[in-house]
Amino acid sequence: MAKITLDNLAHSYLPNPKGEDDFALKELNHVWTDGEAYALLGSSGCGKSTLLNIISGLLHPSQGRILFDDKDVTPATTAARNIAQVFQFPVVYDTMTVRDNLAFPLRNRGEDPSYIAERVQKIARMIGMEEDLNRRARGLTADAKQKISLGRGMVREDVNALLFDEPLTVIDPHMKWELRTQLKSLHHEFGHTMIYVTHDQTEALTFADKVVVMYDGRVVQIGTPQELFERPEHTFVGYFIGSPGMNVIPAEVSGTQAVVNGTALTLPQNYGALTGSVALGVRPEFVNLTSGEGLPVKVRRVEDVGRHKIVRADLFGKEINIVAAEGQEISPDMNHVTFAPDHVNVYVDDWRKEGAAA
Amino acid sequence: MNKTVNQKAWFLVLPVLILVAFSAVIPLMTVVNYSVQDTFGQNQFFWAGLEWFEEMLDSDRMWAALGRQLMFSGIILAIEVPLGIFVALNMPKSGFWSSFCLVLMSLPLLIPWNVVGTIWQIFGRVDIGLLGYTLDALGISYNYTQDTFAAWATIVVMDVWHWTSLVALLAFAGLKSIPDAYYQAAKIDQANRWAVFRFIELPKMAGVLMIAILLRFMDSFMIYTEPFVVTGGGPGNATTLLSIDLVKMALGQFDLGPAAAFSLMYFLVILLISFVFYTVMTTIDAKEG
Repeated sequence: MAKITLDNLAHSYLPNPKGEDDFALKELNHVWTDGEAYALLGSSGCGKSTLLNIISGLLHPSQGRILFDDKDVTPATTAARNIAQVFQFPVVYDTMTVRDNLAFPLRNRGEDPSYIAERVQKIARMIGMEEDLNRRARGLTADAKQKISLGRGMVREDVNALLFDEPLTVIDPHMKWELRTQLKSLHHEFGHTMIYVTHDQTEALTFADKVVVMYDGRVVQIGTPQELFERPEHTFVGYFIGSPGMNVIPAEVSGTQAVVNGTALTLPQNYGALTGSVALGVRPEFVNLTSGEGLPVKVRRVEDVGRHKIVRADLFGKEINIVAAEGQEISPDMNHVTFAPDHVNVYVDDWRKEGAAA
Repeated sequence: MNKTVNQKAWFLVLPVLILVAFSAVIPLMTVVNYSVQDTFGQNQFFWAGLEWFEEMLDSDRMWAALGRQLMFSGIILAIEVPLGIFVALNMPKSGFWSSFCLVLMSLPLLIPWNVVGTIWQIFGRVDIGLLGYTLDALGISYNYTQDTFAAWATIVVMDVWHWTSLVALLAFAGLKSIPDAYYQAAKIDQANRWAVFRFIELPKMAGVLMIAILLRFMDSFMIYTEPFVVTGGGPGNATTLLSIDLVKMALGQFDLGPAAAFSLMYFLVILLISFVFYTVMTTIDAKEG
């Protein structure tokens, strides 16, 4: 178990990267606190897996350093770093039995046979494969194989960190929930530093203490699920987390006033005079449909998703989503919206701007 | 659903039947015919029953040739398979040098058998061959026409030179099909080089290696041209392998009956061993699949 520090880290798959665009992972400074569970969230190809592979030593970064507990491990091999990593698709050793598969990482470290037997039994119980221990791994279903891969990742107790690269992609939904719970309890029990890569926000938000959102090779926000929801630092975070994502409404902002297509709104904070591409970000949950007050909208569709309704509307020709409570009546004369003032964020060139007290 | 019954469709396989009959079945039947008859010339034949088979089974000459043949196949398999795997493991996996190695390795496979024989025949000569001359100059006694060990060493090295590429190319194809994730997982699991070979590379290569072993066994068991060109079966009978002995008997001595019985048994042995190979391969597949 260790604190992992990324110092000035960047990676490009090209031998001679020219501009910033050539980097799959843009310059990054970050400390992964010892014993915390992180989720690394982002769309496909944003550099998540690159970052994991650099931490585990499978990939050597183009620049920067990696430190485990302040010890530079950048040149160290994967084995020397003693890290567990589980990949998206199952990797099992075909010719071995399930038992030997689970014991493999321990045997490679020359552990005591009685200790190995005990650990293997324990892990087999966790992944629900005690019955299959003597079966050959070849010929098992994809999700059984992935459970073995997960088990192999968890079998060592002394790893510096546990990295998961979208490990539950091939697992069926029920088992997914159960394994995620197992991973959480494992985390509580042993306090490993865990990094869990996913592009599924539910998975990220339920698993992690802290969520790291990546976009285009860059970490755009690190925070608790709550923070990501209420104060997205980048419009991508707003859009990626939440369902539907945050509404981004172009506006002119000066002082405590925002003007959207000629209609003025009062903001809770003072932003001074802003230049660049300015927009308001409001989550659908904080938009209220009214019959007269606020900005004019044209409701196009109401979707009842069970616990609430999603109203799809037009605001000056741009789509706006509104979440209405389950019991709320939506009448034809409701053609305006207001925003909950405390939940309006202001973005300049996609990055959130913090205002001064009004 | 009613199937249309049209027995005339059998005529469509007739061309193939005729072709196979003339190219394989009829010649083979001729051999069967010779094997059960005796002749004293003038194209007059007498029924001999299974006499030739009995004679051949009692013949020391045939058993000696079979022994040499098994030894030859055993030695070249024991060298070519591990060497081929070793070469494949050390070949560059991609890029220009990978293609370069592939082309270079295919070259021996493209050379006709008798040319390979001629190359080595000359290469090994003490008077004008580079190998023979050099060894002689170093004071090592080497003469494949007189020394049994030298003759064996020459034909074994020649076969290794000619065919290791085949094993290496097949093994390389097997290695290339292993996804990177396996190597990454092995690194994470802290497996050493031997464990990676034993638990990842070897199992993934097993299928193609089986084919390589089968091909090399069949080819080496039937080998004729190369050793014939180099040693002609000598010195004495030291390198007279089964097919060389067969040709000597059939064409040299014109003993058609014994030679025919001999070739049928030869054919059956190859068929039997290939069948055993095939059965073992498929049962292993079925057990593990």
